[in-house]
Amino acid sequence: MTALAHVSPESKARKFDIASVRADFPILRRLVHEQPLTYLDTAASAQKPQSVIDVIKNQYENEYANVHRGAYWLSETLTTKYEDARESVRAFLNAKSDKEIIFTKGATESINLVASSFGRSLKVGDEIVITGLEHHSNIVPWQMLRNQCGVELKVAPVTDDGDVTLDSISKLLSPKTKLVAVAHVSNALGTVLPIKDIAKLAHDAGARILIDGCQGIVHEDVDVQDMDCDFYAFSGHKLYGPNGIGVLYGKEDILEEMPPYQGGGEMISTVTFDHSEWAELPAKFEAGTPPIVPAVGLGEAIRYVSAFDAASVSAHEKALLAYGTEQLQAVEGVTLIGTAERKTAVLSFVLEGAHPHDLATILDRCGVCVRAGHHCAQPLMDRFGVSATVRASFGLYNTQDEVDVLIEALGRAREILC
Amino acid sequence: MQPDGQDQDLLSLYQSIILDHGKSPRNTGRVERHDCSSEGRNPLCGDRVTVTAALDESDILTDLKFDAKGCAISIASASMMTEAAKGLTTDEVQRISDAVRILCIEKFSGEDINGFLGETLSARLESLRALSGVRQFPTRAKCALLPWQTLMACIQGNSTASTER
Repeated sequence: MTALAHVSPESKARKFDIASVRADFPILRRLVHEQPLTYLDTAASAQKPQSVIDVIKNQYENEYANVHRGAYWLSETLTTKYEDARESVRAFLNAKSDKEIIFTKGATESINLVASSFGRSLKVGDEIVITGLEHHSNIVPWQMLRNQCGVELKVAPVTDDGDVTLDSISKLLSPKTKLVAVAHVSNALGTVLPIKDIAKLAHDAGARILIDGCQGIVHEDVDVQDMDCDFYAFSGHKLYGPNGIGVLYGKEDILEEMPPYQGGGEMISTVTFDHSEWAELPAKFEAGTPPIVPAVGLGEAIRYVSAFDAASVSAHEKALLAYGTEQLQAVEGVTLIGTAERKTAVLSFVLEGAHPHDLATILDRCGVCVRAGHHCAQPLMDRFGVSATVRASFGLYNTQDEVDVLIEALGRAREILC
Repeated sequence: MQPDGQDQDLLSLYQSIILDHGKSPRNTGRVERHDCSSEGRNPLCGDRVTVTAALDESDILTDLKFDAKGCAISIASASMMTEAAKGLTTDEVQRISDAVRILCIEKFSGEDINGFLGETLSARLESLRALSGVRQFPTRAKCALLPWQTLMACIQGNSTASTER
């Protein structure tokens, strides 16, 4: 069963029609440098459909108040919407309970929450296993924890095609392993990791597993019960939702054991100068006024993506990947980095004789937005002996024609630079 | 596929002198007997440049080399920098560096800069004027300036430099 199926089992799926999908995203109608916008940076942040924009605007115009505070209609109404958004996330992930859905300001905060709170139970000599393709946000919090309490960090190597084998992870696991923290999908290369199998390995070793789902939540079916993960972290803005909102899913019994992450309002049940008692989940982890408007916006984004038949979206993105791969490999001097068998629609590449930054500048003038740089994955760049790549990443609104625009713009870049 | 104005910006950014220095940089490597060295980084993109320099007792830059991983703009800037700065006093290098910053970021004309530098130093700026193409590309000004920030850090005895400081 797919994650999308949990949300609206009775409603009829919307037919995936690319023209009508594109019409949902107002920004796609604008020009950049007098050229049609060709947005190929969805892995960094996705564009927003009109319905998400409307929901955000309407909250500020008609519905805004603080949540969980006011004994008045406006606050109660928005509180209901905020909690409905939590329920939408729960259903999208197929979590057991909405106590397991913590709103954060982004995936980075979600991971830092686990490092700060779950991390407090770790001691000198305990080990954390990550992989060589992690984003900095799934490396640095563990390094900080290592510096704080003396845990060891072990890194599973990346293969030449940009994958991580189960065997290489298995070799690092031991009774000392307390946590395995891995990306569902590599942001820099698009590689999809076999997280269900990795979760099983981790659990067999007696460790917990955290999945950085920033890219996975967008392109893969996510069912946290089926994959049996302990933590799943993602950001709203990559899922066609607003920025400033993220989610940490955690299994209820584990979250219950963990101490609070930040102290403040909302996360307490009683406070005296001598002593405070924590609120129940999920409030225990949501100190302060939460990102109310972005959370409700995320709920709408989930409604938007869930309306489509998941298989047709996936087929569309797979076709883009296949076409883009074929076209890009035909360009003289291009080397594609990340050619794993299972990957999402991400094309990370270098062009001989041209630095990624110079390429990105020229592509930009052709209206093409790509990411050039290390993609917050410097160790992965080191692994492939490059300081940067160009990354074209695709979302549900991209077309094969846009691949052609990219290829044509690369031709222009070659004329200028090479 | 390009309207002329857009293309003109690109062609002024990637002038032949920039591409020439970008592809065949001069004075690369390390000065063996150097008096100072500094490593500059652009944390946003991971580019880096190392500058090593030798100074004599009158504070004249007698030798200067760089080693870099970066884009055409940063490599060209570093390469032209080594040619422009060699033989100058550290004070003169500071003034040239300020002039390059003005070229890349601020809206002063060539005449303004000549006035600021004086005749002798203005002549040193010659090829560096090509860097002013980055004015139309604000994110790329950091690429052009990283080698200069690194050289100034080097002269001032700082072992690191960053575009984000």
